[in-house]
Amino acid sequence: MEPINIESSSKTPSIKFDPEKSTLEIKGRSIPENSIEFYKPLVDWLDIYSKDPHHKTQVNIQLEYFNTSSSKCILDVFKKLEAIHKAKYDVLINWFYEEDDEDMLEAGEDYESIVRVPFKMVEIVD
Amino acid sequence: MSFNLSEYYANHSKGDVVLAYKGSITSELINDILEAVEKKLKEANAESRLRKKIYNVLVESLQNLFHHIEPVHEGINLDLDPKFGVLIIEHDGEYYKVTTGNFVNSRRIKFLKEKIDKINSLTKDELKDMYKFILNHQKLSAKGGGGLGLVDIARKSGNKLEYEFYVYSDTYSFFNLTIRV
Repeated sequence: MEPINIESSSKTPSIKFDPEKSTLEIKGRSIPENSIEFYKPLVDWLDIYSKDPHHKTQVNIQLEYFNTSSSKCILDVFKKLEAIHKAKYDVLINWFYEEDDEDMLEAGEDYESIVRVPFKMVEIVD
Repeated sequence: MSFNLSEYYANHSKGDVVLAYKGSITSELINDILEAVEKKLKEANAESRLRKKIYNVLVESLQNLFHHIEPVHEGINLDLDPKFGVLIIEHDGEYYKVTTGNFVNSRRIKFLKEKIDKINSLTKDELKDMYKFILNHQKLSAKGGGGLGLVDIARKSGNKLEYEFYVYSDTYSFFNLTIRV
């Protein structure tokens, strides 16, 4: 299938899938006013991907900021990953946060408690 | 005495103002404000943890305005821009104060009061539970975050939301919200 590749903007993160490493990466800021519109291509892509996923899927979430409107869309993305995991494929979500950013760590833990997918909290040290 | 917008704006921007704005709240304006504030906070050497909190609170406050401002101010006898809103950021001692103001239909007051009072009555852990519940159970509306914004603001700021409604006309009130970060 076509790998996904979306460039970042001042309000939206980059989204990339590396088929060789089976790694999906969301990186940057996610603060658009209309997040449904922004995340739709990713959600659609995951719908297709989930029909024939790689044995292992690694997901790197490295967000500097995200707004509450994005938080719902991110949950939608995680629910798609949960379905893949439930179908007995390996899925790991690496949630990156900067060392002084407890809010971002807590946000990751909130998701971890809602979706049944293995999470790893990864501290970024300068 | 009825609400006087100019007085309100003057009264709220007396202190150590980082940024004060009144006018249309558009997507481009939000970009500009965020960029300007980020730069100012860096120049002021605010620690990065605090900068992030302010930035987050600002994004949610501005997007709340963006999504919920009434587009038409019928009967408001002012030459107001469409999507009129006020944003003031002040440095007040150990706090940064983010104040937003906008006209609301007075019918919305009860809903907003109840929502904010509820949020203010909760402990840190209860706020976390409320956030997670809304995140997991409420659909995202075309208007935005589906009610998460204020809860998130309260969580990130760690302080109570201060609000006031000023009667403006039979139909409209002016809603002031102040957040200390």
